[in-house]
Amino acid sequence: MELLGIPDPWVWGAYVLSILGVLICVFYGILNWNKGGDDEKKEILEELEWEKKELEMEEEELGF
Amino acid sequence: MGCDRLDVTLLTIILIFYLSLLAFTAYIAWKRTKTAADYMVAGRKTHPYIMAMSYGATFISTAAIVGFGGISGVYGMGLLWLTALNIIVGIFIAFVLFGKRTRKMGHKLEALTFPEFLSRRYKSKFIQYFSGLVIFLGMPLYASVVLIGMARFVETTLNIDYNLALLAMAFIVAVYVIFGGLKGVMYTDALQGTIMFFGMIFLLFSIYYLLGGVGQANQALTNLTPLLPAAAVETGARGWTSMPSLGSPFWWTLVSTLILGVGIGVLSQPQLAVRFMTVKSNKELNRAVFVGGIFIFLMTGTAFIVGSLSNVFFFQETGQIAIQAAEGNADRIIPLFISTAMPLWFAYIFMVTLLSAAMSTLSSQFHVQGTAIGRDVYETLRQVRGGSSVFIARSAIAIAVAIAVILGFLLPASIIAIGTALWFSLTVAAFLSMYIGALFWKRSTKAGVIAGMVSGTIVSVSWLFLVFKTSAEALGISQFLVGTPTLIQSAPWAAVDPLVIALPISAIFTIVVSLLTKPPDEEHLNKCFEDI
Repeated sequence: MELLGIPDPWVWGAYVLSILGVLICVFYGILNWNKGGDDEKKEILEELEWEKKELEMEEEELGF
Repeated sequence: MGCDRLDVTLLTIILIFYLSLLAFTAYIAWKRTKTAADYMVAGRKTHPYIMAMSYGATFISTAAIVGFGGISGVYGMGLLWLTALNIIVGIFIAFVLFGKRTRKMGHKLEALTFPEFLSRRYKSKFIQYFSGLVIFLGMPLYASVVLIGMARFVETTLNIDYNLALLAMAFIVAVYVIFGGLKGVMYTDALQGTIMFFGMIFLLFSIYYLLGGVGQANQALTNLTPLLPAAAVETGARGWTSMPSLGSPFWWTLVSTLILGVGIGVLSQPQLAVRFMTVKSNKELNRAVFVGGIFIFLMTGTAFIVGSLSNVFFFQETGQIAIQAAEGNADRIIPLFISTAMPLWFAYIFMVTLLSAAMSTLSSQFHVQGTAIGRDVYETLRQVRGGSSVFIARSAIAIAVAIAVILGFLLPASIIAIGTALWFSLTVAAFLSMYIGALFWKRSTKAGVIAGMVSGTIVSVSWLFLVFKTSAEALGISQFLVGTPTLIQSAPWAAVDPLVIALPISAIFTIVVSLLTKPPDEEHLNKCFEDI
């Protein structure tokens, strides 16, 4: 069977699969555009604490 | 390309515009870099567009476009399997399955580098400095081949001296990596990725327009099958639109080194994995999948389609297939196609596209080497934390740049493909089993993953040095020891990529040793896997 001018299914398969892959990524991205941000606030607070710790350590070790 | 038809004014304007944009972006990044977390993981608040473009632009180097594009001129559209893998494994699986867990766990463990992430997950200092060393010792070769490729390209397009090109490129990248840290790297990556995006989309539409549409162009390529070189047919080639005969040397090279090596290898690249730790929530990763999927398709898909179809163009114009028109050098196929088939202004834009591709890969390579030494080796061995790591990382980046430049002067041009293959095989063998264990297998133990990492590294390096034809012949160690170019002469071993051997061995060691040792403590596991 030939598709898009390519005779070997193992080759046009890769061609089609690449395009399908893009579509999967696109639809996944759109469907989950606003999902997964629940812990954001909590995590940012934790990061701030940790950054403070790092800065203190830097001051101690390097004096600036 | 281009020496015979050179428009100096146009070229200068384009280059100055590009470098000014780059300088401006780097300046913003430098202004926004204050803490160690800023320097190592870009403050963990990166915009999804920047994250996705940076991931993609780092992944795709000049070698991927010019090197692999040229290779598809020889091997044909079967290489599109690599595009499919790049999108499905390199983006979708990497972001959705690996990325989300890495981000969450990396946050819980307060990790700033990929080795640090693995070492805290398994509570082992050894993992951190061993993998820091693997990165610092293995990466210079990979970084210098990207640098060499870029300098060679500038040399041929602009007629600038190779040594000068090498130094200038290394210097520009060094400045923004040393001062801007990962923010400098990622902001400039996003700019460079955007340029690559438009350059490649134009190229893809142009080639199909030029050759009369998708079906017609592909059909014309199929019709060229009788013109395959006899040497390629002997080793298994069956046409640019057909896969090579199963199990032939041509098939093994295509499938094991080109498709699997790079297609799977992407998962355990330290410079890519660290990017998952740069965003603040899974929301950003979801959005990045959208951008990343399209980007990678346009990069590798375009390169492989254009490389393959250039055969039709060259045949129509000169009666020769691509590799003949390029005088036997696959690396010349894409530049030659651009300079003969495309308008001059696009040739210049494409040059900036390739500069962007090289610089974006190089910047991350330097950054990851610097943090490997500053954070992973120096700090771990000295038992300090936080503090001076940025200072040491900056110094180590300067050293890494110097090593890459020195190697760039010493290494032969033919090293490009070997250097890339060596790095991918090494990282897969050393890190992939452990990384998968860290994210998905609670029963994996410290002893188990160390056994996997060490065995994988040893097997992969030995195979590269002694058995794998491309590297073993160049290094000559087997020739010196036993008098034959490779240790195992019988087919197909010399064409089998180290990854095919080293990855299963490392996985077996990881699993068996883990099961034989005491399960890791519950409390630590609960911390790592909280909310996952």
